[in-house]
Amino acid sequence: MAIPTSDEAAAAYIPKKSVKKISQMRIFRKYWMFYLMMLPAIVLLVLNNYIPMFGIIIAFKNINYADGILGSPWSGLKNFEYLFKTSDAWVITRNTLLYNSGFIVLNLFFPLTFAIMLNEIRSRFLAKLHQTIMFLPYFLSMVVISYLVFGFLSDEHGYLNSSLLPALGMEKVQWYFTESVWPYILPLVNTWKSMGYFTVIYMAAIIGLDDEYYEAATIDGASKWKQMTNITIPLIMPVITIMTLLQIGKIFNADFGLFFQVPRESGVLFPVTNVIDTYVYRTFLTVGDIGLSSAAGLLQSIIGFSLVFLSNWVVRRINKENALF
Amino acid sequence: MEAAEVISSGSNPKNQLSSPASLGINVFFIIYSLLCIIPLVLIVMVSITDESTVIREGYQFIPSKLDLGAYEFLFRDATQIIRSYTISIFVTIVGTVTSLVVMALYAYPISRADFPHAKFFTFFVFFTMLFSGGLVPWYLVYVRTLGVKDTLIALIMPLLVAAFFVLIIRTFFQTTIPTAILESAKIDGAGELTIFVKIVLPLSLPVLATVALFQTLTYWNDWFLSLVFITKESNITVQYLMYKTMLNIQFLANNSTAAAAIQAAGGTFRFPSETVRMAMVVVGIGPIIFAYPFFQKYFVKGLTVGAVKG
Repeated sequence: MAIPTSDEAAAAYIPKKSVKKISQMRIFRKYWMFYLMMLPAIVLLVLNNYIPMFGIIIAFKNINYADGILGSPWSGLKNFEYLFKTSDAWVITRNTLLYNSGFIVLNLFFPLTFAIMLNEIRSRFLAKLHQTIMFLPYFLSMVVISYLVFGFLSDEHGYLNSSLLPALGMEKVQWYFTESVWPYILPLVNTWKSMGYFTVIYMAAIIGLDDEYYEAATIDGASKWKQMTNITIPLIMPVITIMTLLQIGKIFNADFGLFFQVPRESGVLFPVTNVIDTYVYRTFLTVGDIGLSSAAGLLQSIIGFSLVFLSNWVVRRINKENALF
Repeated sequence: MEAAEVISSGSNPKNQLSSPASLGINVFFIIYSLLCIIPLVLIVMVSITDESTVIREGYQFIPSKLDLGAYEFLFRDATQIIRSYTISIFVTIVGTVTSLVVMALYAYPISRADFPHAKFFTFFVFFTMLFSGGLVPWYLVYVRTLGVKDTLIALIMPLLVAAFFVLIIRTFFQTTIPTAILESAKIDGAGELTIFVKIVLPLSLPVLATVALFQTLTYWNDWFLSLVFITKESNITVQYLMYKTMLNIQFLANNSTAAAAIQAAGGTFRFPSETVRMAMVVVGIGPIIFAYPFFQKYFVKGLTVGAVKG
C-alpha cells in the first residue's frame, strides 16, 4: 500500500513508531468489512483451538475444580513422573508408532499397486465401477465398521466361528480375548477402509502423466513391468513422497475411532490396542485422572508438532512446491 | 483433472496387456470389490434372519429361515430412532451450512493480495493444523467455560472451522476469481460484502459444493463429540445410537414401550437382541448407501483438487 505524500510529510516530524500505528489504524479503517467477515471464524478458532493451547499448563498443575485451572497449585513435572512410572507410557507410544508405521507402508504399497492395475483395465465402465465400490468403506463411520468386524469375529455367532472355521476343520477363536491376532486385524481393517481414498489419489497422479512416455516405451518394446518401474513410479514419485511424509508428520496421532471402536473396548486387548489417543481419552473421561491425561496429551502435541516441522523440512528440501509451509 | 471421468485404459492399442493378464486383473478386482461389499451383505442378512435361527446357526450369508421380526421390533416403537434421525439430520444440515458460511467468510479476506493482514490471518488458521492443546483443555473449554455439555451446540461447534478447508477455499478464490472483476466492481462503488455475495460466491460453487459434501459426511458420521459431550438420551444421534446398541443391546430394550408393556403385564419379554442389533445398523447406514453413488463422484473431484499452499 503506497503511503500518500501528506503522511510522508508528517513522518518527518513524528517518530517512526507512531507512523506505524497510524497506518495500522488506516488499514483497519479501510478494511473494516474484512475484519467483520472474519470475526465468526476468529471467535471459533480462539475458543476451539487457541484457548486449549494455553490449557497445556494443566499438565504442570495439580488440578482441583474448587480452585479452578489458574488457581490450582503447580505440581512441576510430577504428572510426567507418574506417567513414566507406569508401563502404559511405553506401551501406548510403542503401539502408536508401530501401528502407524505399518499403516504408512500398507497405505503406500496396496493403493499404488491397485491404482496401476486399475489403469490397465480396458473397459472404462468396469474400472469406474471397481473404483466406486472400493471407495465405499471410506464413507462408513468407525461405529459401522466395528459392527462389520463384529459380524465376522463375534465369539458366539460371528461368521468365522460359526461357519468358516468349523468348515475348515479349525478351532474356534475367542477373537475379542486373543491379543496376538489384533496386530493383524487392525492394519487389515485400516487398509480396507482407506484403500479407495489413496487409490483415487494415486490414480489421479498416474492419469495426469503424458501419454508420450508410454508411446516411446512401446516403440522401444518395453514390457509393462519395465514401464511401471521406469516410467510410472519415477514420474509420480513427488506424489508418493508427499503422501508418505504427510503421514509421517502425523505418526504420533492415532486414529482414535479405529482403536477405540473396532476392538469394542475389550480390556484384555489393551496391551495391543491402546494408543496415545485412546489412553488420553480413557485416563481423562473414564478414570478421571486429569494430570496424567494432560501430560500424555502434551507430550503427543509437542512431539507431533516437531514431526510435522521435520517432515515439512524434508519436503521442502525435495520439492519446495509441495511443502505445506 | 477428473479421476472419475478419465480412466485411461491403454489409449494405445499396441500397449495393452495380453488377454490372460487382462483377465487376471479383472478377476482380481471383481474379488476385491466383493470383499468391500460382503461385510455389509452379512449385516443385512443377519438383520432379516429369524432370531432363534441366528442363535442356533450363527451369522449366515444365506440363512435357513428369514424373518423381519427385528425391524418389526424396531419400528413398533420408533420414537428413539426417529428422534435420533431428527437430531442427526438437524446437526448435519445446520452444521454444514453454518460451517460453509463461516469458512467462506474467513477465506475471502485472506485470499485478497491487497489486504495487508492476509498473511497473518492465513497463519492464524494454519497454525491450528500444526499444534493442538489436547483433549483435556479442549473439553474443559466446552464443558466448563461455555457450559454446552449435553446440548446440540457441542455437536456442531467443534467441527465448524476446518483449517484445511479454509485454505482450500482460499486457494480457489485466489486462482479462479479474476482480480479485474473485483477491481471493476469496486470502481462501480460496490462494497466488499456485496462483491463477496454477488460475485465471489456464485463463481465459487464448485469448491463450495465439494467442501459441503465433505462436511456433510463429517457431521453425519461423527460419534466422537457425542461420546464426549452427550449423556442425555434426548440428544442421541444415529451414530451414537448405533454405538450404544453395540455396547449394550439392552439399551434399546430399556427404551422400548413394547418390552415395558409385556413386562408390566407380568410376562417375560424375549428380546431379539442379535438381529435387532444388526437391523439398527442397517437403519443407520441407509442414508449413506443411498447418497453414496451421488456423493462419490464429487468426492473424487474434490480429492484431486490439488495441493494447498500455506
